[in-house]
Parts: sequence; C-alpha cells; structure tokens
Amino acid sequence: MTDILMPALSPTMEEGTLAKWHVKPGDTVRSGDVIAEIETDKATMEVEAVDEGVVAEILVPEGSEEVKVNTPIARLQGEGGASAASAPAPVEKPVQATEASAGDPEKQPPETAKTQPEGEGPAPVRPAAEPLKDPELPEGVSLVKVTVRDALRDAMAEEMRRDEAVFLMGEEVAQYQGAYKVSRELLQEFGERRVIDTPITEYGFTGLGVGAAMAGLKPIVEFMTFNFAMQAIDHIINSAAKTLYMSGGQLKTSVVFRGPNGAAARVAAQHSQDYAAWYAHVPGLKVIAPYDAADAKGLLKAAIRDPNPVVFLEHEMMYGQEFDVPEGVDWVLPIGKAKVRREGKDVTIVAYSRMVGLSLKAAEELAAEGIEAEVIDLRTLRPLDHETVVESVKKTNRLVTVEEGWGPMGVGSEVAARVVEHAFDYLDAPPARVCQEDVPLPYAANLEALSLPSVEKIVAAAKAVSYR
Amino acid sequence: MARGQTGEAGRRKANGEGGNAHAGKDELLKYYRDMLLIRRFEERAGQLYGMGLIGGFCHLYIGQEAIAVGVQAIKQDGDQVITGYRDHGHMLACGMDPREVMAELTGRAGGSSKGKGGSMHMFSTEADFYGGHGIVGGQVSLGTGLALANKYRDNGKVSFTYFGDGAANQGQVYESFNMAELWKLPVVYVIENNQYAMGTAIERSSSETRLHKRGVSFGIPGEEVDGMDVLAVKAAAEKAAEHARSGKGPYILEMKTYRYRGHSMSDPAKYRTREEVDEVRKTRDPIDHVEELLEQHGWADEATLKAIDAEVKRIVADAAEFARTSPEPEPSELYTDVYTEVAQ
Repeated sequence: MTDILMPALSPTMEEGTLAKWHVKPGDTVRSGDVIAEIETDKATMEVEAVDEGVVAEILVPEGSEEVKVNTPIARLQGEGGASAASAPAPVEKPVQATEASAGDPEKQPPETAKTQPEGEGPAPVRPAAEPLKDPELPEGVSLVKVTVRDALRDAMAEEMRRDEAVFLMGEEVAQYQGAYKVSRELLQEFGERRVIDTPITEYGFTGLGVGAAMAGLKPIVEFMTFNFAMQAIDHIINSAAKTLYMSGGQLKTSVVFRGPNGAAARVAAQHSQDYAAWYAHVPGLKVIAPYDAADAKGLLKAAIRDPNPVVFLEHEMMYGQEFDVPEGVDWVLPIGKAKVRREGKDVTIVAYSRMVGLSLKAAEELAAEGIEAEVIDLRTLRPLDHETVVESVKKTNRLVTVEEGWGPMGVGSEVAARVVEHAFDYLDAPPARVCQEDVPLPYAANLEALSLPSVEKIVAAAKAVSYR
Repeated sequence: MARGQTGEAGRRKANGEGGNAHAGKDELLKYYRDMLLIRRFEERAGQLYGMGLIGGFCHLYIGQEAIAVGVQAIKQDGDQVITGYRDHGHMLACGMDPREVMAELTGRAGGSSKGKGGSMHMFSTEADFYGGHGIVGGQVSLGTGLALANKYRDNGKVSFTYFGDGAANQGQVYESFNMAELWKLPVVYVIENNQYAMGTAIERSSSETRLHKRGVSFGIPGEEVDGMDVLAVKAAAEKAAEHARSGKGPYILEMKTYRYRGHSMSDPAKYRTREEVDEVRKTRDPIDHVEELLEQHGWADEATLKAIDAEVKRIVADAAEFARTSPEPEPSELYTDVYTEVAQ
C-alpha cells in the first residue's frame, strides 16, 4: 500500500481544499494521470499520480477544506512488488528540518547555523586570513618612472606571455590600441586571437568572457569605462561572482573586469561614477582600485593570476601620471592588503584610487598647520583590510574617509562601521566621510568641482574630527 | 533531414521516415529508456515538491524529453551543454547521477552542488554540463563564450546552448548571435519552443514567432524541428553540429515542443485549456512515439519494455530515497566555495 499525500502546490502553501476526485476505489492509475483537483486561495491545480496501482481507498472526501499538506488523502494498492518498493515511505517522510521548508521561505532563518541546537557542531566562521605583506624589493632592483597607463599595459603583456590562457577582449582594445591606449601594442605582439575587438555590446561580450572563463580560459574583459558595465553587471554578479558557490566549488571563473572608473573631467553624470561600493558589496568578487603605477602593475598581475572573478577599477585621470615602478622583477602584490602611504599620529585618512593623491596633498597642508595625518591607501576594497585601518585609528583616535562615490551605503560607511566595531573605545570623534555630493555629477565646471571631493574638503574634515 | 512540422498538434506518422532519421533497435530502446528516466524522475520531483521536500522554484521538463535526449545522441565528448532553469532533463541526459540531481533538489549535502545551488543551479564539468542558469537568457552569452573558448583552443568542440521561446526575446541573445557569426564560433543554439514564456503564449510576446528565423539578420542558418520526435531532433542536431564543428559558425535549431506541466510547480496553467494539453499528450508524446516505432518494427516485446520500466523505476526510487535521507549540508559549508583559495 502507498499513501497519496496532500501536495503543496507552492512554497507557501500549508493547506488547501480537496475540490474533486477524478478516481474512485477500484480504478487503476498510471503515472501522470490526473487523480484530483486541489484549490487554494490563489489557484486550482490538478494532482497527477506518480505511483501506479489500483485505488484502494479514498481517505479525504471531495469538498473537504483546510486539508493540511502531507495528509494522506488516498491509498493505492501497488501493482506487484516493484511499485511498493518504489513508493516513498509515507510515515517517516520529510525529515524534520525540511518539513519547515514547506512554509513561507521568507520566514525561514537564512542561516542554518542559527537553527542548530547548541553543542551540535561549531558555528560557521570565516577562515582567518594569513597576514599579507608586499614583497621585498630584491637588492639592486632599480626603479623607473612609468605611467599608470603603461604599467597596466606591461602587467597584461607580462601575464599574456606567461600564460597562454590569458587574453584581452573589449571595445577598441586591438586595432585602435585602446580607447585610452592602455592596450597599446598588445595586438602587435599577441595577434587578434588574443586581443579581441568586440562590438559595442557589453552585456553580450561580458557573458562571452565569463563563459570562456567557465571553460577554463582567463579573460581580461575591458570596459571602455565602468559606466558601460552597468549593462553587463548581471553577468559580473549572477554569472561570475555566484557560480563557484552555486556549483558547490566545481565551476571556477577566473576573469578580470577592468577599465576606468569614477569621474573623468566634464563628461557629466552618465559618464562619471564610482562603482567601488557596488561591486565591493558582492561576495564572490574581489575588488581592486589602485592609486599609483607600481600598485596598478602588481595588483593587475595578481588579479589576472587569481582564480576568482576580479573587478579592477582604474582611473582615467591617473593614466598619464608617472610613478616609480620596479624594473626587471616579476612584480606581483597581494590582493587584500592596504598600504600606509604616509605616517602620522593625529588623524587617519582612508582613501583609494585617485583620492589617495588628494589625501596626500591634504596631509601636507595639515602638517603645515601642525596636524600629522596618517594616509592609508586601501588598494583592495574586497576583501577589505580593516586591520590596517583599525591599527591606525588606535593610534590617531580619529577617522576621515575619502571616496569619489556617493556617501550613503558607501565605502566610507563600511570603513567607519568596521572601525566602530573594532576600535569603538579608541575614537575621540565621530568618523567623517568626504564623498561626492549626493547629486548626479553636474557638467558645469564650477558645479562639478563643488560636487567632487577636494583637498580643501579633506582638510576641513580632518580639522573637524580633530576639533580644530 | 529533420521534419519541419509546425507546432500544431497534428497527428504525426510514427514511421521515422525522412532522411537519416532511422534508428536500430538498441538505439530506439536507449532513447525510450533515457526519456522515460527523465519523465519518471520529473514526476517524482513533482511529488517530492508536493511533500515539501523540494523548495523554491521547480521547473519540470515533462513533455520536452526528446530534445535533450536527441541532442545528447550526437554530442561528442567535450562538447559542452548549457541551459536555463528547466534543466533536470539535460543533466540526466548528460549522464549526471540521478541521486546527485535529486539530492540537489532537496538541498542536501549529497547534491551535485552540495545543496547550495538547487533546482536551477547545477553543474558538472565532468559531464560537460555548464548549468543550470536562473537568469532568462544569461546562458546564451555564456554558452557562446564556451564556444569562444573552443575556437581559442581550436579543439573541435561544439557548445550546445539551449534556451526557450521566452529567452528568445532577450537582448543579449542577439548580441551573442552577432559575435558568434562574426567570429564563426562553434555553437548550436537549441531553442526549446514550448509555446509559453511562463504564462504568455508566444503569439502574445513575439512579433516574429518563427524563432528559427531569428538569426537571419546575422546570417545564421536556422531550421524548425519537430521537438517531440527524438529522431528528428537527432538528425537536425547532427547536421547543425557538423556545420559548427567544421568552422562555419553557429546554427539555430527551433525545437517545436510542449511542456505538459505548468511553468513551475506553483503555476496552475490557466492560460491554456486542458484540451490543448490532452491533445498534445495523446497525439505527440515523445515517449509514446518511440514506443510506436518499436512496435512497428516488432521490437517492442513486452518483457524488454517492462524490464526498462522497472529499471527506471528503481533508479528513480533510489534517487528519491537518497535525496530524502542525505543529510543537510554542514553549517561549516556556509562559508566554503565563496572564493577559490589562492596558493601563496
């Protein structure tokens, strides 16, 4: 005998009306036959037989209301031994934990851990990260002046020489030599198989890049600017960031999404936005936003080698700036390590990308007024190295964050929250955030300048938290 | 060649006529078995859903079995398969373990994604199955990317990229078509046109309902196929794969098919009549079709078919039992597989 149970027709259904029986005792039912109709407040649905056999007994007559899900509603005499063996055991059926999942999924506790009785295994914890360090420069290595643009190009070229699976795709990356000339001469060296000009179809080519990564290649997907990546953010998040988890660790996507981010100059709202907070919000992604050329090179090389999807945020206004870069070494930096750019005892200024330069200038002005600012370059936004920030705040007791993005729900908000979590007792003033004003970026030169963070705004914030 | 039958539920002549759509006894029996396995598996999944053992969304493949099985028949090792969220049938056709698939549906540690993916998100690189994608149309760009990788490696492999009539209206599909033809990527687009995008009939959502013509403006050849006839599917897939494999670029196959169940388990399917569904079941059922072919050839001896039915039943019962008794994932799995660890 097999019990036929009142089925749940949706994740939220707990009971329903058994509106009609299509079979009676003595009828033979085959898999797929409609045997009954069930009504809920939302819908009427037909119940199809799964098990085969002869209806022995109707346990719940038609017209019965408020029949609970999983109540036996009829009994089936199996045909031969095979059917009985195939029938699910009716009584011990759903194990306790899953029985609850027939209810409203929104009411389910999101983390299994919370439902575990005490003492039944450890609560899940993130594995502690090993402390990261920049590599020491070997003796005799010389530093040469390189623009951020060429440092990025060199990083790609070196990694493409090193690994045949690495290739570059994007708009104007090949024949045009890059919209911002970041991919200059790559086509000449690597050919059109590995430096691929795409049509202007960000959603599509990003999906192709992630698909190629699923097949084991290591694409670098260049966005002409990250503003256009909004067309492709579905693949960056839904296809790249989540797949390793959803596949239980089977399917890796080693892919770098890179291009200029943030405000350029006078290109107005649709072409001027800092997406750091958007991507740094997402588990499964790593997010990097370097300031100088050495970091741009060392971190891009690390990003290309990384087996995870990496969002690499560059800045158009930095491309032409020169910095010292080690020459003749395989310069790879650790992802997830902030850098103290200037030491100071009075106030901690935390920034990333182009805002590091502004913060360093602000620190000089502050020094002239007797305030010694410590400037921390986050470099990586996910994973966020809050330890370095917290250590600094324990010394200075004051925090100013600087970002080109909007303040609400931003990077500065996250840094401030972590400092409050880890160094609450050390703070002598509420943290201050310097951000883009809470408006779409205006075009007019004067309004644009008013909208963006500036040295003056950083100096003012540092003085404010210092009560000066 | 594949028979260009329209979607109308016209009575099909069960004679397997036409071009190379012939099959021997063992082959037909294998298709019968593989399609029956998908159907019984899906019926059982529906039952487990009704019992609350499967949560969330659950999209059944019942009625469409001939497509996954027919394409699989000509798929070579290393050719990739990728599809949307109506994916259980493809996974079984690809040879994934029914236990692992069912246990993923119940969200258990024994599932193919350790219970972290669920019905719509399963993968098996071993079986060349690349998902299992929940965003309508997303798999089309990804599958084209698999083909890009094949071309990059010059490995002679083909990506079979499935999507439905609903996804056929997504913009990224056409971005992908463009690049696939432009770069002559080895991809076969298999459109499973089951006539309804969730509850919207194709005539109500599509200005051009002949989906095999959707590649015309890109120069991609397309063909309509009776997706209820496993031999027609196989023949069409063979031709399309040869086209793609030989460097000629993508090919579109529009499989005219029908799903018997609602869009998902919680869909009462009020947008179509019971008579419409019954008519298709009676006249075009892909499993009945193969059974008829077997009978015509005198190959349908009762003992053989009964043995197959019993084997399928046993496999499905075993998968259901495994899926029911496999433990839930350890709490410690919560934080695993977010990132691949980097060797320092």
